[in-house]
Amino acid sequence: MAAHRCGLSLVFILILSSLACPSSCDALEKANENTGEKQSVSDTPREVNTDGSIAAEDLNERQWQSTDVEADRSDGTKDSESFTAAARDQFQEELVIRPLHSGDIYASFQFRTLWDTDFLQERQKVSHYRLFPKSLGQVLSKFSVRELHISFTQGFWRTMQWGQPFIPSPPGAELWVWFHDTVSDVDGNWKELTNVLSGIFCASLNFIDLTNTVQPSASFKPLGLGNATDHRFLRYATLPREIVCTENLTPWKKLLPCGSKAGLSVLLKSEKLFHSSFHSQAVHIRPVCQDEQCTSKAWELRQTLNVVFDLYTSGQGKKEWSLFKMFSRTLTEACPLATSSKVYVDITDNPEGELFELSPATPLLSQAVVLGDRRTYSVFDLTRAEMFGQLRSLNLLLRWKGDTLTTQSDMLRPLLHAERYVAGFGLQTGEIHTVIYNNHPYRAFPVLLMDSVPWYLQLYIHTLTVTSKSRDNKPSYIHYQPAKDRHRPHLLEMLIQLPPHSMTEVTVQFERALLKWTEYTPDPNHGFYVGSSVVSALVPSMVAMNTNFTQDQPLFSSFVPVKEESSYFVRVYTEPLLVNLPTPDFSMPYNVICLTCTVVAVGYGSFYNLLTRTFQVDEPSLPLAKRLANLIRRIRGVPLLA
Amino acid sequence: MAAPLTLLLIVAVTIRAVLFRSSLAELISERVEVVSPLNAWKRVVEGLALLDLGVSPYSGDVFHETPLMIYLFHFTVDYAEIVFMVSPYFVDCLSCLLASLDRAKIFRKQKYALESDRYPADCLELLRSPKEMFYIPLKVAMFYLLNPFTILSCVAKSTCGLNNAIIALFIFCTLKGSALLSGILLALATYQSIYPLTLFAPALLFFLQRLYIPVNLRRSSFWCFTLQYAFIYVGSLVVITGLSFFLLGSWDFIPSVYGFIFSVPDLTPNIGLFWYFFAEMFEHFRLFFICVFQINVFFYTIPLSIKLKEHPVFLIFMQIAIISIFKSYPTVGDVALYMAFLPAWSHLYRFLRNIFLVSCVLLACSALFPVLWHLWIYAGSANSNFYYAITLLFNFGQTFLIIRPLTRRRKHPGGFDNEVSCFKSSVWKSSLKS
Repeated sequence: MAAHRCGLSLVFILILSSLACPSSCDALEKANENTGEKQSVSDTPREVNTDGSIAAEDLNERQWQSTDVEADRSDGTKDSESFTAAARDQFQEELVIRPLHSGDIYASFQFRTLWDTDFLQERQKVSHYRLFPKSLGQVLSKFSVRELHISFTQGFWRTMQWGQPFIPSPPGAELWVWFHDTVSDVDGNWKELTNVLSGIFCASLNFIDLTNTVQPSASFKPLGLGNATDHRFLRYATLPREIVCTENLTPWKKLLPCGSKAGLSVLLKSEKLFHSSFHSQAVHIRPVCQDEQCTSKAWELRQTLNVVFDLYTSGQGKKEWSLFKMFSRTLTEACPLATSSKVYVDITDNPEGELFELSPATPLLSQAVVLGDRRTYSVFDLTRAEMFGQLRSLNLLLRWKGDTLTTQSDMLRPLLHAERYVAGFGLQTGEIHTVIYNNHPYRAFPVLLMDSVPWYLQLYIHTLTVTSKSRDNKPSYIHYQPAKDRHRPHLLEMLIQLPPHSMTEVTVQFERALLKWTEYTPDPNHGFYVGSSVVSALVPSMVAMNTNFTQDQPLFSSFVPVKEESSYFVRVYTEPLLVNLPTPDFSMPYNVICLTCTVVAVGYGSFYNLLTRTFQVDEPSLPLAKRLANLIRRIRGVPLLA
Repeated sequence: MAAPLTLLLIVAVTIRAVLFRSSLAELISERVEVVSPLNAWKRVVEGLALLDLGVSPYSGDVFHETPLMIYLFHFTVDYAEIVFMVSPYFVDCLSCLLASLDRAKIFRKQKYALESDRYPADCLELLRSPKEMFYIPLKVAMFYLLNPFTILSCVAKSTCGLNNAIIALFIFCTLKGSALLSGILLALATYQSIYPLTLFAPALLFFLQRLYIPVNLRRSSFWCFTLQYAFIYVGSLVVITGLSFFLLGSWDFIPSVYGFIFSVPDLTPNIGLFWYFFAEMFEHFRLFFICVFQINVFFYTIPLSIKLKEHPVFLIFMQIAIISIFKSYPTVGDVALYMAFLPAWSHLYRFLRNIFLVSCVLLACSALFPVLWHLWIYAGSANSNFYYAITLLFNFGQTFLIIRPLTRRRKHPGGFDNEVSCFKSSVWKSSLKS
């Protein structure tokens, strides 16, 4: 250990010296060297169980490594201890590949930058950026952001076919931000922030305004440090109509320390990524503990990109996947700035290689509890040169054996699943149905359902019904904020207890409003989008269900469920809705103005006429014959005719 | 007299009860012609649900009833919804009946006065025969209670019926000569839906006429009474508003009720002129036209009070009709209220031209409203212009319907009211030119 410390301090000095002269052109290069060195130093203590000295190509000899790859809410700060002393910031990259039962393949990139600094301090302005993107750092400090989560998604995650995603996201754009509690004008900050982010990500986030922003009271708690409960500092908005494409990917890639030049990010080529069933890219920034004792705060930036390639459109129907086939690139090196760079392949369903064949094979295995399920991964560590073999490139190949894919029956049914649709016909009223499934065989658990409905659908909260197993299921908590026309949307949050193995249906009626003709989108008959509802829950874990799992574990450990493993947090997004509204005739504003004014003018004119006129009776003039008769009568002296 | 009235009442209640029980009730309560955002029962229930959830009903844009209304419903709903729902209509019927009875009394007095005069024979048909006078209350009651518009409005549980009841009670108290009650009820009606404000002038004129105080700006007695009545009115308005403030604990209801009436943010189609006009309006003219349209409702009060100051009851009718045509969220319930007055002027209609045409237009429009609504909203084979055209025609017809008696009234300025002995001179000249 003494040798290691010496090595570390040497590295530290070297880095400091390199940082001290940032103007020199080779500074970055030096830094790269240093991280490389540092990595080689750090590898040994970290992977204690790994027989790291020799390139172990042997298939039979499988090694177990205890790495935590839990996607959401993982506490990844444990292994950062050895670095904080050195660089104060570090970068990790990983790619998880999960073959899905449907034959599709799910690839999840995650790039994690950790920086031990404080943006929110007034006196010392952070101006020197190394791995952390400066554009985001400045945003954080300018708007006093405590936590920022933004995602852009194209396509809809099909939970029933694909299982739970590592990091869920709704179709379109989603942004939620916790501001620091020193912010006085949260709405103003939010408005500016969305505009700035709109510029950073080349997205239409500037369409986020008060009419689609809500402040959920319970559904979105801070994921990082700090126990903020005052939801006045939280803003949440979705743009379900947002279309994600290349122009959003490019700025996202630019935030990575290696850009798209090296490491896993070379795989991110838009021509392949967007030719997929599902694409989601996200940025999550949150404060985390710097060390186990949590003495100081560090900022964590996670950039994630999840993509599902379709078996038929991307894979030409062959049950055979390779990195090249998916991304039209192969891996040649790790990002030199990264402290760890790994590719994980989920082989849980394939312990003996009976389902598919993975090549090149790796002896390194890792096991982790991901989303309540114990998963086994093959690990490819890109920081080791021997991974790339003779060709200096790594092209993972996954080939299914035979027809096993279609006969797969024990598909992992997600324990929690939700879907939503609009019922009713005509353009006057309608009903939103949200159906939540609890597939757990014997455990009931509560879920938080959050709905944010635009103001032009007027919800009638008294029509809200929650039924499970055809019985009324009264929510134990309801937070409802009705909409204000043209100012804010409806927000409905409910805590519903889902009985085991049940289907719970939440319905609420709404009325469609007729808007002003300028408020319609350019294609009004396409319909209006209503963002996904969000179901958040602590779901009882599959691991806890299976008490017979005794491998590598003492028996007593499975008697009382361990707390972390007994339930896990999951967020499920339902489909966004597309609702038609009645439309006026856009071609005739002039006609309408003229015609209505005419009717009013007829009324006004008649009144004016009647009220200003004075009436007089004329002596009726007699017809000509009578007048002639009267003339004769006058001559004759006889009384005249009337 | 009592027997036919009782019969009528039984028939009216039976019709309503049957419709309440039928499946039509739900359909009717969704009709945009029958309920408006201001008075839909669905929204009242929503407001009560919001209260139960601990959310202020005025924090959203669904509930636009006044605070007194919601607290009234809050307490009555607990007892028996149905009984409560029927009761306002009883009040309504009763008040209407009494009002018309009272009016008949006045007319009877007139009749005796007129009979003592000797008038030309051709004048007779302008006067009511005692028999005719006798049946006027019955006719008014029938026109109101059996009017399909009233029945629809009642079955839809539109709170428009309650507002109508308040206005009818106000007219009743006015005709009874109770200035205090009249002022309070007028304040209540104003509080419910700002527009009855314009009924202040006819009520004042009626009291002046009743007390034989000439409308003369130099007379202190005129000012004395006017201030007295205005004080009752404004005082009770302040008390009612203050009461709602204390009930609710905030002034939220002011923008939510009166702001909503004035600025017309909800463009849900109805039988009025506002919705399509403001849906299609250019944004930078919106404020201007809202001002024009709202001033239009109130503006007629001044010239009409000047010209019809001898006929305050007729003036009340005119004002109610104008409000129901030009208000921002009219429903058929409002139309029914002024239509109930029509039989009172039946002697005027004898001279009307086009009455057949106008009634055909109104009937055809009433039939076409649901048809074109269906074509637009459900079938998708028509568009909004169809429905809009019908609302235009309907309002056109209504305008003609009320313009006609006004024309006759102007042409026959006394005819049958107290002081003026008809046909004193052969020249029918307006003596009202001031």
